[in-house]
Amino acid sequence: MSWLAICPLEDIPPLGARVVASPNGDIAVFRAADDRVFALRDQCPHKGGPLSQGIVHGERVTCPLHNWVIDLQSGEATGADSGCTHAFPIRVTDGQVWLDFSGATGDAADDTAEVPVACREAG
Amino acid sequence: MDTANDKPRLVLIGNGMAGMRTVEELLKLTPDMYDITVFGAEPWGNYNRIMLSPVLASEKTVDEIMLNDDAWYAERGITLHKGRRIERIDRVNRRVIAEDGTEAPYDRLLLATGSDPVMIPVPGHELEGVVAFRDIHDVDAMLAASRAHQHAVVIGGGLLGLEAANGLMRQGMEVTVVHLMDHLMERQLDAEAAGMLRGSLEERGMRFRMAHQTEAILGEDRVTGVRFTDGSEVEADLVVMAVGIRPNTALAESAGLHCERGVVVNDTMQTYDPSIYAVGECVQHRGATYGLVAPLWEQAKVCANHLAEYGIGRYEGSMTSTKLKVTGIDLFSAGDFTGDETTEDLVFKDAARGVYKRLVLKDNRIQGAVLYGDTLDGSWYFQLMRDGTPVADIRENLLFGQAHIGDSGHGDEASRVAAMPDNAEICGCNGVCKGEIVQAISEHKLFTLEDVRAHTKASNSCGSCTGLVESLLATTLGGDYSDAPAKKPVCACTDHSHDEVRAAITRDGLKTMDAVFEALDWKTPNGCHVCRPALNYYLLAAWPKDYQDDAQSRFINERAHGNIQKDGTYSVVPRIWGGVTTPAELRAIAEVAERYQVPTVKFTGGQRIDLLGVKKADLPAMWRDLGDAGFVSGHAYGKALRTVKTCVGSEWCRFGTQDSTGLGIQLERMSWGSWTPHKFKMAVSGCPRNCAEATIKDLGVVCVDSGYELHVGGNGGVKVRATDFLCKVETEAEVLEYAGAFMQFYREDARYLERTAPWIERVGLTRVKERLVDDAENRAALYARFLESQEVAQVDPWAERAAGHAAHEFIPITPVDAPPRQGVSA
Ligand SMILES: Cc1cc2nc3c(=O)[nH]c(=O)nc-3n(C[C@H](O)[C@H](O)[C@H](O)COP(=O)(O)OP(=O)(O)OC[C@H]3O[C@@H](n4cnc5c(N)ncnc54)[C@H](O)[C@@H]3O)c2cc1C
Ligand code: SF4
Ligand code: FES
Repeated sequence: MSWLAICPLEDIPPLGARVVASPNGDIAVFRAADDRVFALRDQCPHKGGPLSQGIVHGERVTCPLHNWVIDLQSGEATGADSGCTHAFPIRVTDGQVWLDFSGATGDAADDTAEVPVACREAG
Repeated sequence: MDTANDKPRLVLIGNGMAGMRTVEELLKLTPDMYDITVFGAEPWGNYNRIMLSPVLASEKTVDEIMLNDDAWYAERGITLHKGRRIERIDRVNRRVIAEDGTEAPYDRLLLATGSDPVMIPVPGHELEGVVAFRDIHDVDAMLAASRAHQHAVVIGGGLLGLEAANGLMRQGMEVTVVHLMDHLMERQLDAEAAGMLRGSLEERGMRFRMAHQTEAILGEDRVTGVRFTDGSEVEADLVVMAVGIRPNTALAESAGLHCERGVVVNDTMQTYDPSIYAVGECVQHRGATYGLVAPLWEQAKVCANHLAEYGIGRYEGSMTSTKLKVTGIDLFSAGDFTGDETTEDLVFKDAARGVYKRLVLKDNRIQGAVLYGDTLDGSWYFQLMRDGTPVADIRENLLFGQAHIGDSGHGDEASRVAAMPDNAEICGCNGVCKGEIVQAISEHKLFTLEDVRAHTKASNSCGSCTGLVESLLATTLGGDYSDAPAKKPVCACTDHSHDEVRAAITRDGLKTMDAVFEALDWKTPNGCHVCRPALNYYLLAAWPKDYQDDAQSRFINERAHGNIQKDGTYSVVPRIWGGVTTPAELRAIAEVAERYQVPTVKFTGGQRIDLLGVKKADLPAMWRDLGDAGFVSGHAYGKALRTVKTCVGSEWCRFGTQDSTGLGIQLERMSWGSWTPHKFKMAVSGCPRNCAEATIKDLGVVCVDSGYELHVGGNGGVKVRATDFLCKVETEAEVLEYAGAFMQFYREDARYLERTAPWIERVGLTRVKERLVDDAENRAALYARFLESQEVAQVDPWAERAAGHAAHEFIPITPVDAPPRQGVSA
């Protein structure tokens, strides 16, 4: 695992998202109403829409392009849609958001990650 | 009897359509709140009773009409007691006891015992061969009789009787229908339609004995005939009684529950014992009983909501419509068509084509409808009736159908969808074709839009195909489908409709989103992408000066003040007042386009310049540069005033009667920045040649010699609609007042995402005229409210962001110790 300091939690608006520029593509970092954070590859499993630009509600985000609703924990499409985008381990300590995107290079997901990387077809 | 866990126990008596629907709705809301036990007198899982007619006609098999089999109950941990009739409810000890002694305790009890067929107690009614038409057992008996015998008599010329007669005829029997009245289906049809129906059934070989009363059923062991009060007789080996149904209240009555014609329930489907609920044909609600499924489903939803302890949602009664399920006969009836001095009749008859339509109007609204031969518009009339839409404005064309009302070229959805081939794509977002949807509906026995969404994904994304999917449901299910209830909740987070939410916001002074969630018992902690933008708009429209706009409840276009494109880039449209620009402005736009390497520069349909393919991170800087050159946002991304299109008018054109360009600029200066339920477009044409295409805009002005004609409710989008003429005014000042007042009325009255065209069709042009044209005081008040909210609305969002507001929205985070970034897009 390689945790990177991303930004203070307050830099992400509640029920909003920020984009993290990673060498392997954009990662969307979401903040739920209760201050939990989630990180997903910023690509909708449908047609690659930028999930960071969607509306966040509960533990989900609605893609801005065609309204697929993606689960923030797992990156899986919900409802009748199916497909998954990669979820990255992320955590907050002392108001600082930490992200591990080593998984984005294609390494096997780390079982010790706080957030399950539950993708069936990762990436 | 003790259960392993402490869940409350829910017992359902009656494994039929209404009861199980309630259980299904309940499971959707809270899958494991209750320990559920179901008792059914019939020996199988629950099935689609209304499909018994097609089973009798050999159009379907019994297997095809099963809704939930044993495995379904088992998977959900529901205990099903098939073939066990409950004999007694012990309210004191809260338990039910079945005929065979099986007992079950309950915390909540749900009664859904349906109804019993009425058997006329004439001599002989207990003979073998005399049956009702209610359940699988009856259908089996009829099918068996049809194999061994020839002559059938159906007593009762109503919906059920005719469907039974048709089925028996399809099995090769000779069928005589006996009816007490001299016209068929007198509760649903007027004499004219009934006569036409009888004619076509006779053509198929059905025989009738009208105005005949049965005196006795003849025979020793098995029936041999029927004798009437006039002494005449007819031969019969099978007699089907289909003279009506009676709510099955015996059990409830014996338990001391208050019953009249049915088990009396309140608006939350509770009986007089608060722990006992009742739904379906056995209940009586506000004096009415129902014998069709659509109302039962509304009841089921409300009941489930209360069982789940959400405690919101009330059942307020239903209007019903019926269709006859006899293949090849199109018949539709809805509402009350008896008529009196206070009602008017609109009648259309074309005997040669076999078409008859009658609408009964009261106070300019449809009160009843009877259609025979051509029922395409049935669901539309029904919708108008349930919504109470005033029809004065469309009266001339009403009988010719929806295709003839303000809708150029596309035809209505029902006929469009019927004409589509199976491989036509219905849902563009998810690539679902008509064939797939139709197959799913029949295979998985889907009744509702939600079901179709879950099974096919159609209409699950942007929702623009929802109307088509509803039409497909209607055409595929025929008589079984009687659209969604009139009252549609905003989304799955609530049971309240748009109108109810809006009313609560102003009535209860709710000024924040959380206050709305709290006051109206939202089911989700922070709503969803459907309700939040709507609430944000309603709050903003109600409290323009107090409400704090919520960026996270805006769709990305409005949050980032540009249109998101399919590749995640944005497009930028600067405002160009009235479409008039200068060389200097054009030069500034050109320079900005080059500076930010804009790949495409395009003129829009509204006479503005669109800069497409801009990276999000570049937006604030680009806006600063445009702002320096004097531009503000064109709001091309918003549910807001978009553009005011103009022609050159009297300043240049040889036909121009007024300064259309100047007036367009004034209108745009007055109204820019205002948020509306959906996008809002205007145009001003200098003469009736209408070069600015003002008659397909939300508000169009056509200048004439003596003043200005005002037109409203036009749309050039998916469904083209020409405007309705509102009125004529004489001065520019009046144009501004009317335009502001019209926008304000629309802002305060329409539902979110409802454009002016469907809004006007829903509420009626007359209502708009009453408020705006006839009532000068109200017009002035609306205009004043509009101007007041504009005081705070006309802030250029681009300038704010160029100055650093909401910078986080545009600037990606680069992790402190990350390797340098490759690639560009933000
Ligand atoms: C042939 C036919 C065609 C129809 N066509 C249409 C149509 O086209 N459109 C339409 O909208 N409606 C139609 N209907 C009406 C529709 O089927 C009913 O409105 C609907 O089924 C009523 O639902 P329910 O749950 O109230 O009653 P039911 O579906 O009748 O269910 C009641 C159940 O309770 C059971 N029960 C009763 N008492 C007890 C007890 N003491 N213990 C245990 N179980 C008990 C019964 O056995 C029955 O299974 C039709 C009905 C019939 C019979
Ligand atoms: S609408 Fe009339 S005034 Fe305007 S450009 Fe056309 S012809 Fe001229
Ligand atoms: S790209 Fe996300 S829903 Fe289509």
